[in-house]
Amino acid sequence: MQFLQNPMPYILAGISVGGQYALIAIGYTMVYGILRLINFAHGDVFMVAGVFMVFLSASLPLGLAIPLVLVLTVLLGFVIERVAYKPLRTRNAPRMSIMISAIGVSYLLQNCALYFTGGLAKVYPQLPWLSDTIEIFGAVTKRVTLITPVFTIVLVVALVMFIRHTKIGMAMRAVAKDFETSRLMGIKVNSVISATFIIGSFLAAVGSLLYFTNYASVTPTSGGMPGLKCFVAAVFGGIGSIPGAVIGAFVIGISENIIKGLGWTTFSDAFTFALLIVILLVKPTGLFGEKATDKV
Amino acid sequence: MSDTILAVNSLEVRYGGIEAVKGISLEVHEGEIVTLIGANGAGKSSTLRAIAGLEKPYKGEIIFRGDNITGRDASVIVKKGITMVPEGRRIFPDLTVLENLKVGAYLRSDDIAGDIQWVYDLFPRLKERSWQAGGTLSGGEQQMLAVGRALMARPKLIMMDEPSLGLAPLVVRDIFSIIKTINQQGVTILLIEQNANMALKVADTAYVMETGRITLSGKGRELLTNDAVKAAYLGT
Repeated sequence: MQFLQNPMPYILAGISVGGQYALIAIGYTMVYGILRLINFAHGDVFMVAGVFMVFLSASLPLGLAIPLVLVLTVLLGFVIERVAYKPLRTRNAPRMSIMISAIGVSYLLQNCALYFTGGLAKVYPQLPWLSDTIEIFGAVTKRVTLITPVFTIVLVVALVMFIRHTKIGMAMRAVAKDFETSRLMGIKVNSVISATFIIGSFLAAVGSLLYFTNYASVTPTSGGMPGLKCFVAAVFGGIGSIPGAVIGAFVIGISENIIKGLGWTTFSDAFTFALLIVILLVKPTGLFGEKATDKV
Repeated sequence: MSDTILAVNSLEVRYGGIEAVKGISLEVHEGEIVTLIGANGAGKSSTLRAIAGLEKPYKGEIIFRGDNITGRDASVIVKKGITMVPEGRRIFPDLTVLENLKVGAYLRSDDIAGDIQWVYDLFPRLKERSWQAGGTLSGGEQQMLAVGRALMARPKLIMMDEPSLGLAPLVVRDIFSIIKTINQQGVTILLIEQNANMALKVADTAYVMETGRITLSGKGRELLTNDAVKAAYLGT
């Protein structure tokens, strides 16, 4: 029951991990919004970004390794869509087939990571400044804990502005509703979909930098649980909605840390999924989910 | 005689094994209103979809202002100056009226403020609803928005797929008067209609399509008095 005596560290940790989840959850929700596809490989893209960082930082200075991790992860997301999803989409495969393809990519990435890491937990590099410990409200924590939520909010606001006020953002909203009519406007639907994967992977890479700095090691299955929780966050918030995914991520991050603080660490993951079930029972489309009232 | 802006030669469109369009040829002259009438399933929509680049033709060619555009990507065809008002209006329900117009000008990089004003002058109702989501408009307003959106690319040719479908008779009359106005402002129009009576009255040239083939063509007013057309499409 440490939480009741000293709640601050748990709340801080919750907000921090919530921000990291938010960055990953956006990738799920955006891809779903446009393709109605649950991209099961997204959590593994996040894990691969961690592996990239481990290997790149071993031979390069951080100032070079970090941008390279971002670029490579974005490239990975782009290539996955072009190789594993687009060919099925253009042949009018049922959505279920594309989802199976996503599960295939997920295991492919895990197995590749297993091959390159030898299955050992790889030590994640300490990021100077971010990894420094600081004291706030009597709680000792890493600086990344404080930076994460601020950084997340800035990125989310930038993303929402991008989608609302730029031409490509408008095209994304159009494509999300109607592929064919978008084509009649001259929008290149495939480019818009690629842009979505690029943004999602970029945010997952940023999330990965912040997340693994806190957790100190990467394994081939590191993407599994965070990936699943972020998917839950996206569904909780109403899949397809960016603000929904962010709120869902913070709720899950904070709740699971409070549960840990109450001494029920064993049940913190169970809680996350129980929460999903309850939310879906009460509000089947999530907090901000689109109502299924398509006017014909 | 004015210049041919669009020529369709022996066009065939197939879906899987089904032949929707079985080798049709038609011509649209600059400044005209041309209509393609026929029953459901005659292949009218498939013809428009092939011209717009939404379907790849199986055979035949489509020439627009001297360029062969057969099987080109829809974005190329929009860029060359053909836009389409799709069947069922298909406006973007979550985008505002203004955004729907802006998305119509997606490929343009020049100033579009004048064209937005042009559309608002044509449809004052849209101006009043500029900030409303497209999905909140009535059927007639949505049709006006769909036409306005198609104008925003500054097309040479607009194709309209059943613009009167599902609209009240008075609104249908409005839509047809708008079609004439747009045409008078220099936009060539290729119109698909089941409302043969209205379509033939505004059309310079008309084609009748039946089960994938063109069975009759002539001046719009002439077909209006043609016995076969009267019996099959005008119900008189």
